[in-house]
Amino acid sequence: MLLFSKIWKTGIATEMLQAGDPAAIEIGRALERRIKRLFGRALAIREVDAGSCNGCELEITGLTSPVYDMERFGMHFVASPRHADMLLVTGPVTRNMEIPLRRTYEAVPAPKFVVAVGDCAKTCGVFKDSYAVVGPVDRVIPVDISIGGCPPEPTDILRGILQGLDRFSQKRETTALTLEPVAAVR
Amino acid sequence: MAFGTFALIVMVVGYAGGACLSLLARSQRSARMLTALGAVVGCVGGLAAAVSVFATRVPVEAVLPNLVSAAGGVVIRVDLLGAFFLALVAAVSLPAAIYGTTYMAEYEDRCSMRVFGLMFNAFLLGMSLVPCAANIFTFVLAWELMAVSSYFLVMTESENADTRQAGLWYAAMTHLGLVLLLPMFFLMAGGSEATSFADLRTGAATLTAGTRNVVFLLALAAFGSKAGIVPLHVWLPRAHPAAPSHVSALMSGVMIKLGIYGLVRVMFDLMPSGPAWWGGLLLAVGSVSALLGVLYALVEHDLKRLLAYHSVENIGIILIGLGAGSILHGVGLRALATIGFAGALFHTLNHACFKGLLFLGAGSVVQQTHTRNMEEMGGLIKRMPHTALCFLVGSVAIAALPPLNGFASEWLIFQSLLAGTYISRPEIAVGFPIAVGMLALTSGLAAACFVKAFGISFLAMPRSDHAAHARECHWSMRAMMMVLAGSCVVLGLAAPLVIRGMNPIIDSVPGLSAGEPLPRSPQLWLMVPNGSAQVSPLLMAVLLGAIALAVLLAIHAGGLRVRRADTWGCGRISQTPRMEYTASAFAEPLRRVFAEVYQPTQDLSISVHPESRYFIQSITYTSHVVPWFEKAFYDPVTGGARALATQIRRLQAGSLHLYLLYVVAALVAALAFAWWSK
Amino acid sequence: MSRYVALFVQPLVALALAPALVGFIRWLKARLQGRRGAPVWQPYFEIRKLFGKEAVVSHTASWLFRATPFIVFGTSVIVASLVPLVIVPAAPLVVGDVFAAVYLLLLGTFFLALAGLDTGSPFGGMGASREMTVVALTEPTVALAIVALALSAGSTNFSQIVARTIAEPAAALGPGHLLAFAALFVVTLAETGRLPVDNPSTHLELTMIHEAMVLEYSGPYLALIEWGAALKLLIFLALAANLFMPWGIAFSLSPVALMIGLVSVIVKLGALAVAIAVLETRVAKLRLFRVPELLSASFVLALLAVMSTFLVR
Repeated sequence: MLLFSKIWKTGIATEMLQAGDPAAIEIGRALERRIKRLFGRALAIREVDAGSCNGCELEITGLTSPVYDMERFGMHFVASPRHADMLLVTGPVTRNMEIPLRRTYEAVPAPKFVVAVGDCAKTCGVFKDSYAVVGPVDRVIPVDISIGGCPPEPTDILRGILQGLDRFSQKRETTALTLEPVAAVR
Repeated sequence: MAFGTFALIVMVVGYAGGACLSLLARSQRSARMLTALGAVVGCVGGLAAAVSVFATRVPVEAVLPNLVSAAGGVVIRVDLLGAFFLALVAAVSLPAAIYGTTYMAEYEDRCSMRVFGLMFNAFLLGMSLVPCAANIFTFVLAWELMAVSSYFLVMTESENADTRQAGLWYAAMTHLGLVLLLPMFFLMAGGSEATSFADLRTGAATLTAGTRNVVFLLALAAFGSKAGIVPLHVWLPRAHPAAPSHVSALMSGVMIKLGIYGLVRVMFDLMPSGPAWWGGLLLAVGSVSALLGVLYALVEHDLKRLLAYHSVENIGIILIGLGAGSILHGVGLRALATIGFAGALFHTLNHACFKGLLFLGAGSVVQQTHTRNMEEMGGLIKRMPHTALCFLVGSVAIAALPPLNGFASEWLIFQSLLAGTYISRPEIAVGFPIAVGMLALTSGLAAACFVKAFGISFLAMPRSDHAAHARECHWSMRAMMMVLAGSCVVLGLAAPLVIRGMNPIIDSVPGLSAGEPLPRSPQLWLMVPNGSAQVSPLLMAVLLGAIALAVLLAIHAGGLRVRRADTWGCGRISQTPRMEYTASAFAEPLRRVFAEVYQPTQDLSISVHPESRYFIQSITYTSHVVPWFEKAFYDPVTGGARALATQIRRLQAGSLHLYLLYVVAALVAALAFAWWSK
Repeated sequence: MSRYVALFVQPLVALALAPALVGFIRWLKARLQGRRGAPVWQPYFEIRKLFGKEAVVSHTASWLFRATPFIVFGTSVIVASLVPLVIVPAAPLVVGDVFAAVYLLLLGTFFLALAGLDTGSPFGGMGASREMTVVALTEPTVALAIVALALSAGSTNFSQIVARTIAEPAAALGPGHLLAFAALFVVTLAETGRLPVDNPSTHLELTMIHEAMVLEYSGPYLALIEWGAALKLLIFLALAANLFMPWGIAFSLSPVALMIGLVSVIVKLGALAVAIAVLETRVAKLRLFRVPELLSASFVLALLAVMSTFLVR
């Protein structure tokens, strides 16, 4: 029963999501309205480590902790890309992970989008021009949102996803956005 | 003459004619055709005879007193119970015989179709005559005909050492059964000359209780060894895989049911109203057989051995029904007892249908993949779609899943066990719930086993070249499988009507009947007589179909987009059949759970690189499950017999003088005995 | 005529309630973990989203893979119409009794296990193997729990079992009933894939039992399977609630009785959901080969339930 008394004393530890540095988030292509409507309340995320140093992974695991609690926004991680709507990719894509990353993207049912987390995923970071690296994530699969930082804060990651789904800002665009279609499956 | 007698004559002529004509056939192909022709005529005759008995409720009788009159002549009497089993024999033999026409084509270079045709028709004749026999001589004649011809059928591929071994076991166990059967009949006859079943029935009242008990035990052992109860079942998993598949279908689906027929005939018809412990023994033996049968089926990779062990399990289930019904009958709850008997007889029929279907399916698969080992099959659902569908229907039926026939008969047997709760005796209070638990565990394990059997054999990717190049079998084989699959579905959906049809059969046998007329059971529901439970397989099927169809239409109307892609393998470069789950892996958790029962042996051999013992070149892991009661019972018995035979062999010293001395000594002893007994 | 309406409306009510039940358990677990968690209605959003996605089917899979979600969903819906949820099913529309319900659910599991093997993925095979092991080992407990209930009620029809407990409230506190309830609760955890048998929110494939079989499903097929699984949880909890504590259930079709029945079943399901959420927070998942020990313990409980019912009678 010590457990339950501890639970009672600790209470809810979740913090409100603060606004952060807007420069960290790049929304590469405007997500289709269809996707925003579909995934607005429920989003299944499949995380792919394409050769990262795990610094970004540590921040991402923080997302499921009580402090950042991404479940309150309806997002949760899934094990199989078949269950996923979004790929959360970290790391510069190493040679060995190029094909698995592409296969993971192909395994996700449409409609889907990709979020690249960290400087390595955006520009290869400190591993740029390494012999073992193919290139940033958008060299392999189409990226919709990029979140910079080494590693980015969990709040930045959350804001990036929510902004991409148009759920963070208070004002909502009612006119149709530029419909740049999501890239076809390669 | 009466239609029934005419039909019986057609049946005998059909089988005998088929046997002789195929023996005289000019070519292998015409031998196959004539075999099937004779079998079909015989089956139709048998079915017609059975139907006439059902329709008119008058037994068909035929007496040939002058044929071997010293033994009492040949007396045939097909009453309702016999007609049920005769119909079972004929109905399942018909598809099997037609299936065999094309199936045996691949055996043409290995064995003689003429001899096979002779033995096949003799086998069918023997099986058909057993339910018709009405005196000891006819019964034993038919029994032995069935046994001897099936031995030759098992030995079809006698160039194979395993087959010869299987034949040896089969012959030994069959004759053990005969050795127990004859004393049983003679004890029942009580030393008199009157050996017809009618006389035995009336004479049973004059037997002492001790004699009746001994007769019951001998009947259980003799008919049980034919039916395949544990521990007398050891011939089943050896003989059934060795025989050609349609013969296995008949042996497993029909022949072992004649063991049940014999037991029912002796225990409920000739000597009704035995003490309660008879039923209790049946219940205990049935429960143990069911559980051990399915446990050993779980760890099998040979598809036909797996099916053979399932026959042991289903015979156990039938005996559970008979035992529960017998106990209820003895206590006086006769109306409820009919549920147990109806369930047991219905399960007999159902098992014949789905086991026959499964063996025919296994035969097609084995023919195409050239192996009985499940670990080398796979992907057959796309290459042999019709066979796969029929095998799936058989699997769902044998796993006792609604709305097919296996569920209906198991439901009835469960209800009969529940009815035992009306009896307030401590041994029933402990025994019946344990039987319920064992029956439920058996059906759960059977479902697991058939997920394995169907899933590994038919689904995913082919694990060998033969499996990858398998093609659908001949249309006649497929058609016969579909006939049996259709019968499983119809028997399941129309189960209440079948039970209604079986009530007259149960009423006709004194040890089974309820005494008073039962309320007419409804057409849509399977119901317990006092209305305490009901289930409707037809309604369940209709509702399931309607809901599935409605959801399917809704989803398609909403726009379903389907894309084909590779299986998700964690991003692996390629997916090969080596990455699929294997049959051993599937059964591994259950093997671990029941390790005390299996007591598997393990053998690990590691070979290292010659230069350094840190580099391992290969690891070979072998694990065997040897049934422990074979080690515990049969090995000592066979070892003792062999030791005894070695001792006796000393008599064969090879010296002519010694043999002449034996002759003289035997003559002297015989003369002395004759003089002394005067 | 109105009985037919009840027969068809009750499964719709169950379908509507099932995702909320799962959502409530998740919400409560989140709160016990000290975080805000998704709203209780989250599973509805997830199911709606899944219906909008495409379905990806493996090249290796056959027609069985595509047929299984409908079979799983259909069997769950039929069982939802059989069990006493809001109203007690009454003759002559009784399609089945307790055994029929158990075996219909087994039919769904059978096909789901086959679908797991169909894709040729080792995870699917592993899930199928483990699921069939757990299901086979829970069968005797379920059968004995049914025997314990049928002993006192004299029947396996749901209506008679419920009627008997209502007629004799004192029997509900009898040792047989309580032991059978405990056994059935353990079976519920095992069959619906809850801790300590299986973690429904795990991401480690090697620890999965039920989830591993559905790793290949996507889109509307996955939606049907998830909804069917939620419905199965609702059915088991409704059985645990209404067979052992049936007060409040409707026997007639009057609006008042139906309203009371609905409210009482929601309250009972809520209480059981709280129990499950607290239990899942407290215990850790059992190693796979410890699960048979748990299941044999529940079998012993069920056997004791039967014995004690015999003795008390």
